[in-house]
Amino acid sequence: MPDRPTSGEIAIDVRDVVKHYRTPGRGEVQALDRVSVSVERGQVLGVVGESGCGKSTLARLLTRLERPDSGSVEILGRRIDLAKRGELRELRRGIQLVFQDPYASLDPRQRIGAALAEVLSVHRLPSGDGRVGELLETVGLPPSTAGRYPHQLSGGQRQRIGIARALAVQPQILVLDEPVSALDVSVRAEIINLLVRLRDELGLTFVFISHDLGVVRHLADRIAVMYLGKIVEYGPWDVVSDTPGHPYTRALQTAVPIADPGLDAPPTELVVTGEVPDAADPPSGCRFHPRCPLAEDRCRSVEPLMLPASGRHRLACHVVQSEAATADGTNG
Amino acid sequence: MSEPILAVRGLHTAIRTPSGPLEILRGVDLEVDRGETLAVVGESGSGKSFTALSIAGLLPAGAEVTSGQVLLEGRDLVALREPERRTVRGAEVGMVYQDPMTSLNPMMRIGRQVTEGLQAHGWSKDAARDRAVTVLGEVGLPSPQALMRLYPHQLSGGMRQRVLIACAIAPRPKVLIADEPTTALDVTIQQQIIQLVARLRDEYGIAVVWITHDLGVVARIADRVAVVYAGRVTELARTRSLFATPHHPYTDGLLRSLPTPGDPHQAPLPQIGGSPVALSALPPGCPFAPRCAHRQDRCDTEEPPLIDRAGSRAACWVPREDWHAPSAGVTGRA
Repeated sequence: MPDRPTSGEIAIDVRDVVKHYRTPGRGEVQALDRVSVSVERGQVLGVVGESGCGKSTLARLLTRLERPDSGSVEILGRRIDLAKRGELRELRRGIQLVFQDPYASLDPRQRIGAALAEVLSVHRLPSGDGRVGELLETVGLPPSTAGRYPHQLSGGQRQRIGIARALAVQPQILVLDEPVSALDVSVRAEIINLLVRLRDELGLTFVFISHDLGVVRHLADRIAVMYLGKIVEYGPWDVVSDTPGHPYTRALQTAVPIADPGLDAPPTELVVTGEVPDAADPPSGCRFHPRCPLAEDRCRSVEPLMLPASGRHRLACHVVQSEAATADGTNG
Repeated sequence: MSEPILAVRGLHTAIRTPSGPLEILRGVDLEVDRGETLAVVGESGSGKSFTALSIAGLLPAGAEVTSGQVLLEGRDLVALREPERRTVRGAEVGMVYQDPMTSLNPMMRIGRQVTEGLQAHGWSKDAARDRAVTVLGEVGLPSPQALMRLYPHQLSGGMRQRVLIACAIAPRPKVLIADEPTTALDVTIQQQIIQLVARLRDEYGIAVVWITHDLGVVARIADRVAVVYAGRVTELARTRSLFATPHHPYTDGLLRSLPTPGDPHQAPLPQIGGSPVALSALPPGCPFAPRCAHRQDRCDTEEPPLIDRAGSRAACWVPREDWHAPSAGVTGRA
């Protein structure tokens, strides 16, 4: 499938980012280890991975809730990791974060209208009822929602408010951290549809973070798969979700149950054993090797690099890379 | 067909609220055979967890079964008096919860978490200990002897869930009730737990009632499915029939709303619309009628019972043949 046409302009450029956290008792936890990824304006980057893979840390670095230990984070051509005061305020207006549970970040005693007006006035934007009503309308809610309290809203309505709040400052980029994971199935489709519409109408760029490969497949133009602080596979949505190369992505693909009982259970050789290791003490070599069905000796000692598999598709796996090289040799 | 090992008939459960009792379950009917997995699927507030708790006899204070039967091999658990019910609970009906951290005692070693229940059901200390070691091995935990001396916080989420399953199956129950046991886990761990429960079911012939909101999980584990909406079963069917030919518009809507590989990329997904009905303000007719695309006049006045439909049962007056085509503007799935 051809990519959606883009200006080729880069909205997000993350280079060699490293982020450690010091935690009591566990020592230093490496949340991100030399992660590089870029997103073109108007595109949706899907980020998939399980707990501890670093996907939420990436979201925090993009929105400058944290700064990297090393590497660079460029938003709309400017270094958000280095920005100060005025420039930072301006850049933060360009990139906004939407959380999994907007309820946790809404004041239960504040009416929705007041909550949205507050965001507008903090950013010194016009905050009258007209603008609040407009925002509500943008996310598909009636203007009367302004008079309600958070507890009077359903989960789906609250997530719409979370999105409206992010849109208040007219950002160009939204970072969405598991925005539909806490929602009921029947509501999930509504929010997904809303996001697609907003992306098209407002020309937004998305970073869509999820553990659900099925949802990411539907929404993303490009997909990055993360494991224990690293991107292990990256490429066009259909390649990564339908014909993944990395054994971890293949494991994820078979582990996410598809709502089709006609499909056979996954072959046992694709079921990964064990659990994600402690990020404070990541395995040597390839971090996936203790759980990998393909692991060889070199995987235990040498860390694989992200190398092109074909076109824009890249992955980090010794075994798959040398299989591909052998196949090329035979064909050529 | 032989008698089902577990049958729930017309189960009503109510909770106390400041404005009087509120019915959470309004007549739940379902059954499970030996060695079979029944998935109970529903959205938040549907009553799926109350169904599990009512069957297991573990309702919180302020909630009670007001009528109906829970028949375990023909014996009505609702009618039992408390001491007898306590014997049945745990020994014959085991329960596994969503969050293994809050349902294990953080101050208690793993060994005692497993043996305590067994001793409560009359096992001797030594027999309970032997059984605990065996059962921890059966659920796939490494070096069970050493594990017995650890505390819950020393285990990962996946291992803790295995410990909970070990606690539940240790007394060799006939029925295992699992309330969203994998929702808090990563997908690769979820897959391991699904395989474990399927193996235990096949090896010991346990009947499994698996409560979930995830239709993908349903497709992978269940022989049969009960879809719950507004405190009642709206559709009861074999898993393949339910996914291939749903007979309730709610089931149909849920299935259509899921993104699947066949969908056009980034195109709108069909959505049900509206929101689930509040149990405190039920309409006089079918509780799904206000959101239903196939509603007829009768639906607004009379609540449908479960009606036989081509091998499935659905609480819907309107047969599939009479449903309208998917509405325009929404990409329906053929």
